[in-house]
Amino acid sequence: MKPIYMDHHATTPIDPMVLQAMMPYLTDIFGNPSSTTHEYGREARSAVEKARGQLADLIGAQEAAEIVFTSGATEADNLALKGIGFHSSHGKGHLITIAIEHKAILDTVSKMQKQGFDVDFAPIDASGQVDLEALQKLIRPDTILITIQAANSEIGTLQPIAEIGKIAHERGIVFHTDAVQALGKIDIDVVRDSIDMLSISAHKMYGPKGVGALYVRKGVRLASQIDGGGHEHGFRSGTLNVAGIVGLGAAAELAKKELQSEAPRLRKLRDRLIKKIEANLDFSTLNGHRTNRLPNNVNFSFAFVEGESLLLACRDVALSSGSACTSSSLQSSYVLKAIGVPDSLAHCSIRFGLGKSNTEEHIDYLVDLLKKHVVRLREMSPLYDMAKEGIDIDHHQWGEHSHDEH
Amino acid sequence: MSKEQLEYTEKVMDHYEHPRNVGLVEDANGIGVVGNPTCGDVMKLSIRVENDRIVDVKFKTFGCGAAIATSSMVTEMVKGKTLDEALQISNKAVAEALGGLPRVKMHCSVLAEDALKAAIDDYRQNQKVE
Repeated sequence: MKPIYMDHHATTPIDPMVLQAMMPYLTDIFGNPSSTTHEYGREARSAVEKARGQLADLIGAQEAAEIVFTSGATEADNLALKGIGFHSSHGKGHLITIAIEHKAILDTVSKMQKQGFDVDFAPIDASGQVDLEALQKLIRPDTILITIQAANSEIGTLQPIAEIGKIAHERGIVFHTDAVQALGKIDIDVVRDSIDMLSISAHKMYGPKGVGALYVRKGVRLASQIDGGGHEHGFRSGTLNVAGIVGLGAAAELAKKELQSEAPRLRKLRDRLIKKIEANLDFSTLNGHRTNRLPNNVNFSFAFVEGESLLLACRDVALSSGSACTSSSLQSSYVLKAIGVPDSLAHCSIRFGLGKSNTEEHIDYLVDLLKKHVVRLREMSPLYDMAKEGIDIDHHQWGEHSHDEH
Repeated sequence: MSKEQLEYTEKVMDHYEHPRNVGLVEDANGIGVVGNPTCGDVMKLSIRVENDRIVDVKFKTFGCGAAIATSSMVTEMVKGKTLDEALQISNKAVAEALGGLPRVKMHCSVLAEDALKAAIDDYRQNQKVE
């Protein structure tokens, strides 16, 4: 039997309705949407334009033309940041972000920094929420962009994007948000929330992999990052991934339709999981904000139990961990580090990503599994013995370590 | 072997699910603690040595599946061995006894070797004092 899937921040399965919408565009309707001289091309073009409208509708964009299709959110983030940087200020200027952004943002700003841009990280609190006053103080005359995610993929913390947007607009600064995790989970409206650019991924909301989009408010000028052919109003060249785009559009329509029913259902499951873990397992700490978090995210550290070993014990449920042993870099989660979680607890963190397929029964089954194995692994853990003796493991004098990873 | 091993072998899973010799040897005369919770693994190995031979050995480990399995395997491998024989056991030998480890997990087997060396060192230090 396959494990229960509970890793919906990593990816989601394609909804059957989305797949159904896509199928004709993988078979009979194969035209190039740029070939408007004939029926084949026009059919494909009209499907792409329908999807553009569906996506605009989900985020409250005023015009469908403000949607630029990309290969995914990583490309959308790159286009937003490099696009603004290399257009408006000719390779110079100041950007503001936060330390718990996705790597598509962090690696991009770090590269831009090397190329001459200045970058500041606005401080965040222990739940990951940005400090708005401190953010305001970081703004300089040459600030060209504020980029802050709508929701975090590891700890689920929601950012006050409407307030950030207001601050940005008062100072005439472009505001970009990576809304990959938030779409379909919380209500986002680019006009109401003063968002100028917003990154979207299809596969995080029951659409296909390999397709995404960047919302670019009319009037925002970007330097294209992929050239050749002038597709997507010159913002992004390359023959359009028609089937993928149709899937993204269908997923957006579904997300909008289901938001009112699915978000409260997930929130109930989330709160049930948090409550049951806290009632059943001592030495467990919730990472992130208790209420101001994605309705489908739960993240706990189970002290004295290494995350990878717990994942292995609970492998009937597909989960993920912030432990170094589950990353290829052998580094524990930078997100948990940035909110002040000590390494010793970051290694013990487990992320639960709820989704459409999950039920109350799944939660109860999972908690039973956790109970059984956390207790078993703690019995095996020398750290648990030390804690029972009253030794503080974070301030204990540990000997020299011959690990490869350090 | 050209294909990269990503998953744990059946033997690793067996030692992870049914670890041998978990705990603390009550009348231990050598104890080794290696690792660091900051790095994500800590292993405590206790041994009872009589006439230069390891007659009892137990472990407690905080760490990933590979760390737990290598800990368990090393206790099986050293039980009944003389100290010099035990010191011949390398991390590679422990990994091989488990049917191999994924490449990124090889460092976990170093922990088991280090813990064994630390426990034997501790025993030898104790002998000097007495």
